[in-house]
Amino acid sequence: MFEGWDAVVLARAQFAFTMSFHIVFPAFSIGLASYLAVLEALWLWTGREVFINLFNYWLKIFAIAFGMGVVSGIVMSYQFGTNWSNFSDKTGPVIGPLMAYEVLTAFFLEAGFLGVMLFGLERVGHKLHFLATLMVATGTLISAFWILSANSWMQTPAGYAINADGQFVAADWLKVIFNPSFPYRLVHMVLAAYLTTALVVGAVGAFHLLRDQHLAGARVMFSMAMWMATLVAPIQILAGDQQGLNTLEHQPAKVMAMEGHYQSHPDGAPLVLFGLPDQAAGKVKYAVEIPKLSSLILKHSLDAPLAGLDTIPRENWPPVPITFWSFRIMVGLGFLMMGLGLFSLWNRWRGTLYQSRLLHIFAVAMGPAGFIAVLAGWITTETGRQPFTIFGLLRTVEAASPLAAPAIASSLIAFVIVYFAVFAAGVTYILRLMALPPHQGEQGPRGDIPARAAGITPAAGAVAEGLAG
Amino acid sequence: MNSVVDIATLWAFIIAFAVFVYVVMDGFDLGLGILFPLFPAKADRDVIMNSVAPVWDGNETWLVLGGGGMMAAFPLAYAVLMPALYTPMIAMLIGLIFRGVAFEFRWRTLRKRNRWDIAFAGGSMLATLAQGIALGAILQGVHVEGRHYAGGWWDWLTPFSILTGLALVVGYGLLGATWLVLKTEGALRDKAYRLSWLLLFAMLGAIGAVSIATPFLDVGYAQRWFTWPNVILTAPVPIAVAAVTALLLRSLANKQDHRPFFLSLALFALSYAGLGISMWPYIVPQSITIWQAASPENSQVFMLFGVAVLVPLILGYTGWAYWVFRGKVKPESGYH
Repeated sequence: MFEGWDAVVLARAQFAFTMSFHIVFPAFSIGLASYLAVLEALWLWTGREVFINLFNYWLKIFAIAFGMGVVSGIVMSYQFGTNWSNFSDKTGPVIGPLMAYEVLTAFFLEAGFLGVMLFGLERVGHKLHFLATLMVATGTLISAFWILSANSWMQTPAGYAINADGQFVAADWLKVIFNPSFPYRLVHMVLAAYLTTALVVGAVGAFHLLRDQHLAGARVMFSMAMWMATLVAPIQILAGDQQGLNTLEHQPAKVMAMEGHYQSHPDGAPLVLFGLPDQAAGKVKYAVEIPKLSSLILKHSLDAPLAGLDTIPRENWPPVPITFWSFRIMVGLGFLMMGLGLFSLWNRWRGTLYQSRLLHIFAVAMGPAGFIAVLAGWITTETGRQPFTIFGLLRTVEAASPLAAPAIASSLIAFVIVYFAVFAAGVTYILRLMALPPHQGEQGPRGDIPARAAGITPAAGAVAEGLAG
Repeated sequence: MNSVVDIATLWAFIIAFAVFVYVVMDGFDLGLGILFPLFPAKADRDVIMNSVAPVWDGNETWLVLGGGGMMAAFPLAYAVLMPALYTPMIAMLIGLIFRGVAFEFRWRTLRKRNRWDIAFAGGSMLATLAQGIALGAILQGVHVEGRHYAGGWWDWLTPFSILTGLALVVGYGLLGATWLVLKTEGALRDKAYRLSWLLLFAMLGAIGAVSIATPFLDVGYAQRWFTWPNVILTAPVPIAVAAVTALLLRSLANKQDHRPFFLSLALFALSYAGLGISMWPYIVPQSITIWQAASPENSQVFMLFGVAVLVPLILGYTGWAYWVFRGKVKPESGYH
């Protein structure tokens, strides 16, 4: 079986699959860790019980999401070697240290303080516990720093040389770490994580407000989340625009694919709103266009010339249809997020933030939007880098392991089965916890053990299991 | 050139240290999963899980450091070994997924708790077996051509690698049992004592079997073990194993709390030292030395700064986390 399959295509499918599952969890836990730190700080500062209730409510969800992020992340760290051994050999001297620093400065920090954050409040006291929460939140951000640096180096390699064995080696570590696209991409990703979390928190708050407008915890979390969406969504659109300009400078082929510009436009390129990119024919069919707008966005001039893929050798074209569509999904969701923020601001101004059913339904519907946008964004940037792994320097087909297709096909099938079984269960448990409203005297992840060990009160979540029948 | 040699050697010790810390920390952690089926009572299982719940995630981070560090410091070895160990590595990762999520999932469901208990036990067993098999597969050598692995995806499967796989299951089991002696009370602790006796003898048998089989894998091992002056390094290992075993037997007979666990770790350290002596200076036995696999000096130096500053810090706050959750785990208190 699978003898006729292309091993590299299978390896790519496996990477795309395991990566897509993984990124969802860090995107959520980066934002949630910071939100938890804010909640705990507000509790310590104001002493209001609602904040510690919300803290414990979200801490239970964080524990599950973080665990899933850890186990799916270990897979990523070994997959470079198992499935992309030539990549590891060639780029290990440059990428390896960045990832080693991620482990040393971020993973250990998160893991080392996570136990205290989850279970230690009464053992270490308030101040040390808050320190643990801060360390976990800081760790998630440091992790984003290094992994975005490594990924950005693959997009816009800088500060390197190539040695006699054909390996990339660092000539200047600062140029490697702070490569040209890194600052833009780091800002874009961290904002995306915050926005994703805000939308989830907002959706949960709205869900409970739809049932009970007076629920204190739901009001507080909904208000906080809507402030976040109002403020961050427009900033994120600006950050994305800046990243786009940076990409145009360093990876023009990716922007051509995102824009659907197969042809060059010497006197002003149109913005293709929708259409069907046809890679074989090299054109976008049924295109709905706004004349000159693409030149205005990318070059800030209506008549500025924009080159198309026709200026690039065909073997270096990224797959346009995927890049084109995933980009539109991301941007569309970004504007919807801004719309939600503005709508909530209008309701807040009118004093109907906790009453408007339309707003609450909108917020619930937007709950998963951050995850979809994050996935679409990563698909855009990673697909747009193809056919290269290290942009312009190392082709994806040259990066793979010398493994037979059946080996990779088997592991791919195993991962698909295991991930769907395990992560579906995890997401179910998270949704069950979310289905319960935050209440007075909310307990942390193991707060319910004594009662349960005595066989009287089942755990939160298990209650919802009973409710769900 | 001289300085390159020194840094590569240093890095070989750093990676070996990271892997050993991983074995120390995740060994008992996986061992608890291996022993899980022997403790069917729900109250016991809650205690077992809670004895490690606050630290399991940190324990597994050392595995990421071992892998990531190897890619950074010895990319050629990482690139050759990972495809060679493809199946055991994937099996290990899948095992770690099942056992890792079980820590949180089993508290979130009443109906399906048993399912996550099985995931915890099965995942721990699978991950341990795969790690032991990978060790055996490395020791028996892999087929290298140029800078690539050139063998098939079942080459790792031999009676020897199965032996090392089972040996690690027994060894982690011993660590798990002595950890329970340290962290629990009453009937659960008594049972852990009994298991420790059993597993200690099994582990001694496993150490003996692997030691007898290893020199037959390759004449290089026999030479390294039995020729002058290497014998100065190898001869004390079995003597020390005997001494540690005697102390461990006494601590078990005297029903001591802490000693059985730390003496079991000492047994692991000795076996590990024996492995190190066998492999040196190869990182892929008989094919690639640490110097051939080493990253350029500036990559190794760049990371050395981080390791020198951060690893002591990491050990510090990890130690603090263990300290916070010190003492016996009581069924009624949990980790509230």
